[in-house]
Amino acid sequence: MATISAEHETGASVQDAAPEAVVVRFAGDSGDGMQLTGGQFTLSTALAGNDLATFPDFPAEIRAPQGTLFGVSAFQINFGSQEITTAGDAPDVLVAMNPAALKTNVPALKPGGLVIIDTGEFNKRNLEKAKYDTNPVEDGSLAKWDVLAFDISALTLEAVKPFGLGNKEALRCKNMWTLGLALWMFDRDRKPLTDWLNAKFAKNPVLAEANIAALNAGHAYGETAELAGPLKKLHVDPVPSEPGLYRTITGAEAVSLGLVAGAQLADLPMFFGGYPITPASAILHNLVKMKEFGVTTFQAEDEIAAICAAIGASYAGHLGVTSSSGPGIALKGEAMGLAIMTELPLVIVNSQRGGPSTGLPTKTEQSDLYQAVYGRNGDAPLPVIAARSPADAFECAIEACRIAVQYMTPVMLLTDGYIGNASEPWKVPDPKSYAPFPVSFLEQTNNPEGKVLPFKRDERGIRPWIKPGTEGLMHRIGGIEKGIDTGDIDYAPNVHQTQTDARKAKVDSVAGTIPAQDVCLGETSGKLAVVGWGSTFGPIHQAVRRARRKGMDVSHVHVRHVWPLPANLGDLLKGFDRVLVPEMNTGQFKTVLRDQFVIDAVPLNKVSGQPFAIGEIEDAIATFFDGIPGHAEGEVPVNETQLPTPEA
Amino acid sequence: MNDMTPIQTTLKDWETDQEVRWCPGCGDYAILKAVQRTLPMVGADPKNTVFVSGIGCSSRFPYYVESYGFHTIHGRAPAFATGIKLANPDLDVWLVTGDGDGMSIGGNHTMHVLRRNLNCQIMLFNNEIYGLTKGQYSPTSRAGTSSPTSPIGSVDRPALPCAFALGSGARFVARGFDVSKNLPEVLKAAYEHKGAAFIEIFQNCIVYNKDVFNDFAAPKGAEDRQLWCKAGEPLLFAKDTKGLALDMDTLTLKVVDVVNGDWQGAGVMVHNPRNRGLAHMLVEMPFGPFPMALGVIYDDPAPTFESAVVAERARLIEGKTADLGKLLSKGQTWTVEEKDAAHGLMD
Repeated sequence: MATISAEHETGASVQDAAPEAVVVRFAGDSGDGMQLTGGQFTLSTALAGNDLATFPDFPAEIRAPQGTLFGVSAFQINFGSQEITTAGDAPDVLVAMNPAALKTNVPALKPGGLVIIDTGEFNKRNLEKAKYDTNPVEDGSLAKWDVLAFDISALTLEAVKPFGLGNKEALRCKNMWTLGLALWMFDRDRKPLTDWLNAKFAKNPVLAEANIAALNAGHAYGETAELAGPLKKLHVDPVPSEPGLYRTITGAEAVSLGLVAGAQLADLPMFFGGYPITPASAILHNLVKMKEFGVTTFQAEDEIAAICAAIGASYAGHLGVTSSSGPGIALKGEAMGLAIMTELPLVIVNSQRGGPSTGLPTKTEQSDLYQAVYGRNGDAPLPVIAARSPADAFECAIEACRIAVQYMTPVMLLTDGYIGNASEPWKVPDPKSYAPFPVSFLEQTNNPEGKVLPFKRDERGIRPWIKPGTEGLMHRIGGIEKGIDTGDIDYAPNVHQTQTDARKAKVDSVAGTIPAQDVCLGETSGKLAVVGWGSTFGPIHQAVRRARRKGMDVSHVHVRHVWPLPANLGDLLKGFDRVLVPEMNTGQFKTVLRDQFVIDAVPLNKVSGQPFAIGEIEDAIATFFDGIPGHAEGEVPVNETQLPTPEA
Repeated sequence: MNDMTPIQTTLKDWETDQEVRWCPGCGDYAILKAVQRTLPMVGADPKNTVFVSGIGCSSRFPYYVESYGFHTIHGRAPAFATGIKLANPDLDVWLVTGDGDGMSIGGNHTMHVLRRNLNCQIMLFNNEIYGLTKGQYSPTSRAGTSSPTSPIGSVDRPALPCAFALGSGARFVARGFDVSKNLPEVLKAAYEHKGAAFIEIFQNCIVYNKDVFNDFAAPKGAEDRQLWCKAGEPLLFAKDTKGLALDMDTLTLKVVDVVNGDWQGAGVMVHNPRNRGLAHMLVEMPFGPFPMALGVIYDDPAPTFESAVVAERARLIEGKTADLGKLLSKGQTWTVEEKDAAHGLMD
């Protein structure tokens, strides 16, 4: 084992006793199993009672060429004894499984942080692939960090030797060795891991035993190495939280469960039409396993067929749902217009990713807001809801189902790659605590004098839902403009005016059944409101909290109902002198706020494919309070060193 | 088709109060009547019948049939039909499409609804032209078709809808034409087939492609160029003076003369709708040297998509109960006790 003493005096040290929160990043080759390691570490952390947030960051290639800078896969977890709302800014601990992982991730490590290196991978070939001229473990370039460098590959091979695995298979256990070490460092129980390995390799007990041996060896290494170097066992106290039953949940799981719960509350079978696309596919994978809840899944031939089949199912009396990411949502646009025109319920989930075009399939962005709110031909309004976190996605999915069936309209639910993949502890809700919203279909004619009137609106402006198969209510619907009440083809000027107005009024009226906008941190008026939507919740919340501790008069407002906006939002924001809108796009929600309320909303934008760091938003808030004459408020260059990208 | 009890209806019961908006003399009128004749014949129930269409002249069809109807978007009718049928397999679903809607913009969906074998009837009205957009050539237009977008004649090679259907795995392929008195019989066979039934209906667009099928579909004098395929009967045409035989050297069909009714002697083949190889040859034989093959060319049922989906679901949910509370708390969980709990936010 080689260790290098850190030549630093300041900075957060991982050796502090009982820290409030620790950020750990596992980084390796995309074939090294880093996402798996991170996922299992997350589970152990949750079971230890810490609050946590994670950020999986992996390349779009399934197996990028080994050892390359662009093939690095990383998993970051922030856990602690207080409420955690972000995956953390700079890691305290970095585990680098090869030179490429070190090169792309070590700049983000806190000064004085700990880096654990597998020297077994620091050979000439891998150093060249990572574009290192000299070995960083030996050339002193890591001096501002604590370095623990040892041959994890060899130690793993030694640990699994008794099981007679081939060299390649044996080396696959490296991630478990590393995990064992991490579990030791943070005083985690190994039992959930060994249970999981035994279940995973039930058909191949030798592999289970080998992986458990690697895990135990890594753990034991921690025990023995403690005295020899900077490695210190850390205990992070459990977070105080409400009593109850908890589990960890990713956004994709939460959306799937929320859709099932929503369909149950509506007392409807659900039809889910999907076409595989990153990062939305996980929802289809999950729902396939939930068919006992009246779920039918359909893997369509393309995105268009997926939404069209969902609309067909809605027409036949199911709750139609489709899901995709930006490029697929673009393809679905025309069909959304048909659902708006025929006034059929539909839920469309968009797991946003970086765009335009194929863009950044595995990276996160919030740049589909315009597409959601405005992105169809004609005057085609539909309600849009945005989830702020993995757990919040559950509530949002239920809300999307409710609005869809109560207003006979398609509804779009926005999440993003970050929410979809990240996990957090979730207090399991009691399904009975949700008010049901059962649907009633028209069974008897609404026009005893003549033929049924499929577009006769009730006092709320909603048309009846009529299932084919109902005696005596035969009628025709379609995408051509339709006559008042009858639904027969009619595009007389006054008819189109009336129907367009009615469709708009209907969607606007959704604002009447959504909660008033609250302030999630701070006062309801004052100097500055930081307004966010979607997955920026965590960094905004922490930044506002820190700024308030420094005495700044700043509040955090986080909007779930992006369209229509809550009825009180305009007045609320006008109670603040200034409004700052941080977004992972070039200013889309800012435009909506300016347009709807004629307020001077100041944008703060980041489109690097990485979530905001708390510090970035904190710096932007500070510009409103620093009193520097001529200082452009809110304009803070995004700190590019927070989460560096490969130079390759 | 479905397995419901047959219902007594008349042609009138299937007419709506809507004014039919096709050009006077359009072949679509005759097809509409043929469908409205077929539905009482097969005992269809209006409340369980759904006509689904895309966009184009033919796709206005649902508005004129007194049943449930959904006029959707261009080319996508098969996808809507799939959702409808999976949501309620008891519905009788008819698709109405055209050569543009079904073979061009919606070609992908046509392929997949056929390979999946969704139980429905797919009527593709082939007029070899784009009508609703005013006369541009279509994917079935013959090379050299003059149109606003091909002023000196189209250079595209046309697609053969029935060959496409067979290639996509269709288990029922038939052909008819708008004014043929046999059309209701063909539609009846399609209805009675369990699975996706593909019917190409040659349709005369009297405005943009007038009489383009007259060589075999003219009201008088073209009968000799029609070959109506009937199961178990010899493949004869031209008043039984000619037939189709297999050329053993080239493994292709050939036209042979039949003298004094001795078709066996002439080697004429007997039509077997389960013979997929024969079906391929019948739909691809070039018109001119050969007659136009009409009627039920291929009919060999296979399990339907919706029945497979229902069976798959039954297998997946076997032994499971729909307990939402249990689902939500799946996986590894932990409990925070009252004594451990403190208070949420710090501010």
